[in-house]
Amino acid sequence: MIGNFDARVPSGPLDRKWTSHKDHSRLVSPNNRRKFEIIVVGSGLAGGSAVATLGELGYRVRCFCYQDSPRRAHSIAAQGGINAAKNYQNDGDSIYRLFYDTIKGGDFRSREANVYRLAEVSSNIIDQCVAQGVPFAREYGGLLANRSFGGAQVSRTFYARGQTGQQLLLGCYQALCRQIAAGTVQMFPQTEMLDIVVVDGHAKGIVTRNLRTGKIDNVAADAVVLATGGYGNVFYLSTNARGCNVTATYRAYKKGALFANPCFTQIHPTCIPHSGDYQSKLTLMSESLRNDGRVWVPKQKEDCNKAPNEIPEADRDYYLERKYPSYGNLAPRDISSRAAKEVCDEGRGVGPGGRGVYLDFADAIKRVGEQTIRERYGNLFEVYEKITGENAYHVPMRIYPAVHYTMGGLWVDYNLMSNIPGLFVIGEANFSDHGANRLGASALMQGLADGYFVLPYTLPNYLAGQMGKRPSTDHAEFKKADNDVRAKIDNLLKINGKRSLDSIHRELGTLLWDKCGMARNKNGLEEALRKIPELRERFWREVRVPGDGEDFNQSLERAGRVADFLEFAELMCLDALARNESCGAHFREEHQTPEGEALRDDENFADVFAWEFQGNPATAGPKLYREALHFETVHLAQRSYK
Amino acid sequence: MNFKLKVWRQKDRHSRGKLVDYDAPDIPAQASLLEMLDIVNERLVLGGHNPIAFDSDCREGICGTCSLTVNGEAHGPDHPGAVCELYMRKFRDGETIIVEPFRVKSFPVIKDLVVDRSALDRIVQAGGFISARAGSAPEANSIPIPKHDVDLSMEAAACIGCGACAAACPNASVMLFTAAKVSHLALLPQGEPERTKRVVAMVRAMDAEGFGNCTNTYECEAVCPAEISASFIAKLNREYSKATLRRSAGE
Repeated sequence: MIGNFDARVPSGPLDRKWTSHKDHSRLVSPNNRRKFEIIVVGSGLAGGSAVATLGELGYRVRCFCYQDSPRRAHSIAAQGGINAAKNYQNDGDSIYRLFYDTIKGGDFRSREANVYRLAEVSSNIIDQCVAQGVPFAREYGGLLANRSFGGAQVSRTFYARGQTGQQLLLGCYQALCRQIAAGTVQMFPQTEMLDIVVVDGHAKGIVTRNLRTGKIDNVAADAVVLATGGYGNVFYLSTNARGCNVTATYRAYKKGALFANPCFTQIHPTCIPHSGDYQSKLTLMSESLRNDGRVWVPKQKEDCNKAPNEIPEADRDYYLERKYPSYGNLAPRDISSRAAKEVCDEGRGVGPGGRGVYLDFADAIKRVGEQTIRERYGNLFEVYEKITGENAYHVPMRIYPAVHYTMGGLWVDYNLMSNIPGLFVIGEANFSDHGANRLGASALMQGLADGYFVLPYTLPNYLAGQMGKRPSTDHAEFKKADNDVRAKIDNLLKINGKRSLDSIHRELGTLLWDKCGMARNKNGLEEALRKIPELRERFWREVRVPGDGEDFNQSLERAGRVADFLEFAELMCLDALARNESCGAHFREEHQTPEGEALRDDENFADVFAWEFQGNPATAGPKLYREALHFETVHLAQRSYK
Repeated sequence: MNFKLKVWRQKDRHSRGKLVDYDAPDIPAQASLLEMLDIVNERLVLGGHNPIAFDSDCREGICGTCSLTVNGEAHGPDHPGAVCELYMRKFRDGETIIVEPFRVKSFPVIKDLVVDRSALDRIVQAGGFISARAGSAPEANSIPIPKHDVDLSMEAAACIGCGACAAACPNASVMLFTAAKVSHLALLPQGEPERTKRVVAMVRAMDAEGFGNCTNTYECEAVCPAEISASFIAKLNREYSKATLRRSAGE
């Protein structure tokens, strides 16, 4: 293995770990910072905030993103909000509670120390965003407003209408723009990272392709930061943007970085149901809607085809309120999603194909009036109407779970550094904070925590020992990576088959959704593991990638990403098969309580699974390393939201 | 549904482009216009042709990547909304649909329907920010902001940066975009210290990029997917006049 597999969690009491770690980390003095070059791939909340902060500190930063502007990273689509333990509502919130809710929400599969740090810096994030001009919702007295989110009994979520991600990202983007103007940051939009370069066991550069011109470039640096988001698009249909992909993290994995918990994928309970094969993506309806919407299906199968307002109250099953009375419609995402699947599997789903449940606002409109609901969620109701042609103020929304977020990602230590020294991974791209299930409004919190308040302390600790060690791009490792990248592009263009990229990607997605989606079992996973290599082989034989490499070629971009998904899917299923327990979003049908809830096996699986690439997956499967999770503060409990 | 398409094809920035006819038969009414283009592209590729290049990413109207002019209107006929939120059921069966890029001199065509909008980034780089170093922010509730002010600021901040305002404007003016950013920050107490400097720098950057001026045709407001009000342009003019007066008075 390159580097080593040590979580480097500082000793001492939980609430002192981060402070004492900062006190003892090495620093880089202001006049030395400009001597260091840092590469950041990705410009979303994690990447954007890291770039702005590192630039401000005086490092020379190069930031790469595939979009035409850093402001378009997919963080922009996050709707509901961002958590912080401010306790502005005086309702009993605290750093400890945010920490506990997050670790419990993740079904006790994350590191205590990382999660505690996240809760600890959450308040600073809100301060920082307000100072940047993020227009968070406020009350009439001028102070900040909060709403509630799933998995919490306090109101700690800050929001800007249903566009919180957009406003937070614009905050980062503006700070980033300021650094570009100041000359500390160089921005490379429409540029994709296709490989990392490891020199003498340290990540010291990347190979990129300019998507506009097709030009391949080698870039050397003192450290590489990946902030490239999640891999939800492996399922073809997800709420991710079309361009979201696994390429950067997967190619880092192929260079020796460990990939952790790839099977932990979040299926979001409230999305607009799937309607046909032509469909290119699914659209999320924010979880915040569950504050006021009530989820139900008919009690009788026979009522499913009736108009919802013709079904009397007594014939409706408000199944979340029935099964989880203390959290009700705000039960966590994994639990709500599975409950929706269950009622649909029973034949009580509504809408085309019976894959949908109602999210009904009639009671809330009666209680607070249509105007108030419009103020709270107006833009979401508009989106819903655009897509479905239905007015949700009058008829209940139809929703169904969809792939949304991936908790798994590259393995990192407490410093957010992967096992490869010099390779840092932040935001959704790493595995670190959400365990087996992420709570709502925590992704934005983690992205900004990593970029504004964690990496700026942990990166210098690495850099301090690296002065003068940046290699030239003439180094043999750059040449090798460059050749590999070019060869892969040539191979894709040479296939010249008869199948479209989308048809293969769609086939992969359907297979994963069926076998490695909301519920998994041994037979299904083994079947998927047989079929994925076959599909991959067909891809390399039958797909057609038109055009050439020295041009703006969107088919070629997508082909490279689909090729990586076809390899990555196998790793995901292997992980799901090896984790022979249920936890959070990973629901193995063999392991459930009599009530059908996820049944953990703490004795054997209170571990992080981290996989190491061993070469061609057809001949050598990846090697598994296990990081035992030590719970010093929380008591491992069966997660109950009843 | 069946459609006839006229689509702008252009090899690169320096080549001449032209409208090319395509048939789009058997399109589901629930498909979006971009999904219709996906279907057409899939057929083109399998027929051995090069697909139509067009930009999109989130496909839910928030990232601002998509940038098509449909039947002469920026983002197409279903306002308000980005073109990724335009559904085929809004068209008549058999209709001819003309698809072009955003046509603005400062947004050069990269290929087919894809344009270069980096000019918008440069306007923000000129001053569209509040300088607030991570670590030095005061407690978030230390400055109360009247709800009305923050709500109005949010209305301006909702801009998705797509550039449709410039594409719709007969003068290719991007003032709605600039006005939205200037207003968003000027309406907040945090934006106050850099208020004068910001508006002057952003307006100058906008002019340097070659965008035209506003003559109150309100086409921008009509096509804006984020429903940014043209009254923010009035605010921009006010902010700019105040700032230049202050400057000439030596403040």
